[in-house]
Amino acid sequence: MKNVIIISLLGVTAYYLLSAFVSIPFGEDFINGVKDFYLNKSPEDLKVANVVTSIVVNFRGFDTLGEVTVLFLASTALGSILYRRRSSHTALNPQRTAPQASTLVQAGAKVIFPFTVLLGAYVFIHGHLTPGGGFQGGAIIATGFLLMLISYRKFFVEHNVLTWIEALAGTSFVVIGLAGLVYADNHNFLENFLPAGELNDLLSGGIIGIIYIAVGFKVGAEITGILDTLLTIKEAGLDPEEN
Amino acid sequence: MQAFLTYSIYGTALFLMLLGLYAVLMKKNLIKIVIGLSVADSGLHLLFVAVGYINGGTAPIFSPAVAGTGTVMTDPVPQALVLTAIVIGFGVTAVALALVVRLYRKHNTTNIDEIKNLKW
Repeated sequence: MKNVIIISLLGVTAYYLLSAFVSIPFGEDFINGVKDFYLNKSPEDLKVANVVTSIVVNFRGFDTLGEVTVLFLASTALGSILYRRRSSHTALNPQRTAPQASTLVQAGAKVIFPFTVLLGAYVFIHGHLTPGGGFQGGAIIATGFLLMLISYRKFFVEHNVLTWIEALAGTSFVVIGLAGLVYADNHNFLENFLPAGELNDLLSGGIIGIIYIAVGFKVGAEITGILDTLLTIKEAGLDPEEN
Repeated sequence: MQAFLTYSIYGTALFLMLLGLYAVLMKKNLIKIVIGLSVADSGLHLLFVAVGYINGGTAPIFSPAVAGTGTVMTDPVPQALVLTAIVIGFGVTAVALALVVRLYRKHNTTNIDEIKNLKW
């Protein structure tokens, strides 16, 4: 009975959504929006090759600050939901739920790990020139750490160091924004105040490079912290202070 | 051909969204419910990017090969919005998984029917 109700509900939803979307022609330029403004302004005035990055950091910088805050809140909420008072046993000898990986995986992970971090750093430093940016680069760095976390049972990240990286990166984002209030032409929050440079140069795009380096560090540290929190959970029943 | 493209791309996006909703409503395993949320998210992202696509358009990046040639470019605005949506989706999934871990610790099961405290 429940199945019938839910499937018919989904069917009705599908019919109306599809009939709405079929009227939108695929692949035609029907949005008379702000596309041309961004496509003209971004390479000419701001000298940013990647228009998506330019929208995310320059035109919608405040929104990106909120996005970074949401990630920070998610990692904080994860910590508080999974919080458990540490017994002396747990503090000295934290346990990983995953079994020990084979020797081949361990040797391979050790070789790949530095290159993964390097690739992540490349992606967020070149965020204004090539596809990618701070969030993507941070996620790539976190995959490197995930590889190490699941390969070695004794590989643990220092949460104090992660907290400091997060704090410094977030603060530098806000400080760059506040510097825009003082040094930029129109005195706006997060406005570009550095010279724009040449199109397709590494040192172009003003504050985008600096902000994306900060975002890359912050996202990498946050996702690594989330993964480590989720993976370092002991089996139920081992801890006398369970629940 | 055009009609086929329209139906297939929007259809795939809608199918993914409805599949996710179905999993959220019907599945008993909490992990599967979280996977359903994530699948519905992907469908939404595909829909967004598909709406911004323009026939023959390249990625909106003025690399040296494209700059100044007047090449058609796809709409960058939905892509920037999808970037935000992906990050928010990641946060939602992480917190939902943490809640699942917490429930498993308390009840020793991920089957939603066996967790009776929620019923009144």
